[in-house]
Amino acid sequence: MSDSIEILRFATAGSVDDGKSTLIGRLLYDSKGIFLDQLETLENDSKSKNLKEIDLAHLTDGLKDEREQGITIDVAYRYFSTPKRKFIIADTPGHEEYTRNMFTGASNSSLAIILIDSRKGVLTQSKRHLYISYLLGIKNIIVAINKMDLVDYSREVFTNIREDFLKLSDDLSVNSINFIPISALKGDMIVDRGVNLPWYKGETLIHILENTKIYPEEDFSRSCFPVQLVSRVDNEEVKDFRGYMGMVTSGKFKIGDNIKILPGKKESKIENIIVSGEYSQEIDKSQSGTLLLKDELEISRGDVIASLDYELKINQTILSQICWMGEEGLKLKTKYIMKHSNKNSKIIINKVLNKINIESLKELESDEPFQMNDIGQVEIKIQNNIVYDTYESNKQLGSFIIIDIESNNTVAAGIIK
Amino acid sequence: MKKNIYLKELESEAIFILREVVAEFKNPVMLYSVGKDSSVMLHLARKAFFPSKIPFPLLHVDTGYKFREMYEFRDSFTKEIGANLIVYRNEEAIQKGFHPSKNGIAKCCGALKTQALLDALSKYNFNAAIGGARRDEEKSRAKERIFSFRDSFGQWNPKSQKPELWNIFNGEIDEEESVRIFPLSSWTETDIWNYIKHEGIKITPLYFARNRNMIIQDNSLVPSDDINNQGSTKVKSRFRSLGCMPCTGAIRSDATDIDMIIEETIKAKRSERETRIIDHGSNSMEDKKREGYF
Repeated sequence: MSDSIEILRFATAGSVDDGKSTLIGRLLYDSKGIFLDQLETLENDSKSKNLKEIDLAHLTDGLKDEREQGITIDVAYRYFSTPKRKFIIADTPGHEEYTRNMFTGASNSSLAIILIDSRKGVLTQSKRHLYISYLLGIKNIIVAINKMDLVDYSREVFTNIREDFLKLSDDLSVNSINFIPISALKGDMIVDRGVNLPWYKGETLIHILENTKIYPEEDFSRSCFPVQLVSRVDNEEVKDFRGYMGMVTSGKFKIGDNIKILPGKKESKIENIIVSGEYSQEIDKSQSGTLLLKDELEISRGDVIASLDYELKINQTILSQICWMGEEGLKLKTKYIMKHSNKNSKIIINKVLNKINIESLKELESDEPFQMNDIGQVEIKIQNNIVYDTYESNKQLGSFIIIDIESNNTVAAGIIK
Repeated sequence: MKKNIYLKELESEAIFILREVVAEFKNPVMLYSVGKDSSVMLHLARKAFFPSKIPFPLLHVDTGYKFREMYEFRDSFTKEIGANLIVYRNEEAIQKGFHPSKNGIAKCCGALKTQALLDALSKYNFNAAIGGARRDEEKSRAKERIFSFRDSFGQWNPKSQKPELWNIFNGEIDEEESVRIFPLSSWTETDIWNYIKHEGIKITPLYFARNRNMIIQDNSLVPSDDINNQGSTKVKSRFRSLGCMPCTGAIRSDATDIDMIIEETIKAKRSERETRIIDHGSNSMEDKKREGYF
């Protein structure tokens, strides 16, 4: 493996029977990401069901119920590598009622594959998938138009679906959408080009996955480090040690940097840095580490260490986009827990401001409390000040979850606009 | 060698998860099974809390059927790093002589591993147990959350898992309930070996190929536990995955160092758990996990 190998995390979304599991099975199978003994199990399964070809879909259906009912119940994670990249797939089920799974799978992805059945064209679900990808800041979208073998590999069908989809995405700022005609079942345009789509001059799916740019242009100013834990050690080997553990969510820090600690108004200087269990001169974005400061200050979990030039917002009431995931609908004026930037706070949701109509993707004014899968804007009041930024400029400081106090379930995901 | 970008990312993510466990739970424990994944996890924990000692104990659920080399390694290594090691055995079942050939694999695993684990967690009131399971190992594990909820019976219900978004982990539980945490969720077998190599992590010699006394059964190599090695043959072999002696097969291999193991892993045509007899037949991983197994 080369030293510069990167990880691409991507989500796959499609409606029921779009062939999503088959596509993932195909990616694993053609890129040799599946083992012989797993294949033998598949062959036996397929034989016992009197199928002619092996059912690649069963490769990803990890639960007995899923295999028996032929549906995917929950997000599954799959791994494969090519010499260029390591891939982590979040395979998200397509059922309408499981939209929250798409949100879950896409939250850690930098690319989304939206599957469309060439016979059915763009569906409400495709819109939903596009919108969720957009909301979660996924800039790279691949629209894989599947089951081309069932429409005689027709160029016209492909072009029409592409036109429909582009109309849909007009209003959303998505950087790039790649359209690929594929047959997951037959293997066309996934890892190999196949011979059935001579009119398609674009790249194969795996080529795009291997070459898409993952990391945005790095902005090294505006550095930020939410504190996870405070470490104090004082024993015979380590004398009077006080460090702040966390992960750099934007920018970078080096010894000697002047910093501020929010939500208070304290300032200090970085005296030392630990990365990967060793003292270091600096720490980069996405690295876990420990910061040691020049002054002894009262800092706790949830506080944010930031560079002086970073204007973070501090407030007790925020407006936010949320996706409701709870079985029970949202209750206004009821206490919930919000986990944001490593910290749990009690909150109440004051009011609903609008709700997204998933057909038109437009915001409709509405004050009706959300039911499962509803997406829209709410006003939240928090028990204490929180330090935040918009999701777009700082994913970690702009996102949170809401937990129901009674059931302890995660009932909503929030994105601060 | 500059650290691979992707190993850095995996390491950083795992350290973040381990710190979340300590921040969110009163009484966490790390499951330590002496294998390669446990060794990586322990290494990550030492890094995460440096210069402090690891702020939780290690728990080894011992069935009495582990390899001699595993016990030796466990005792010398945990002593070397000054870890607090708890060894827990289901003494009642061990006294009764539980063995897969006598009680069947499912019953034997259920008593010596699952029950022992649940008993240990409740004896010490651990409410968060960190394990080295990886999603790529087995298809029901592919469905696991990183913070995976267990009810008061220690059971997993895969159909009603909490959504898990970004790296925000929900650690809210009630009394009697617990959480299993999997910091190596996103690692593959090859990643584990690349990291072991990169970091120079110590592992038990069982992973390296050597001439070993094996009983050849059909296509599998079963380690001989007979003192006189009756009926066994010397085969150059190693263990890809480690468990209890009666249920862990070896593979024919010439891989005597880490580089050779990595090469062998990349080229492997069969999955690492294939040599784990416990995963086969009616005794599926999903069923065991539902009951409380890792």
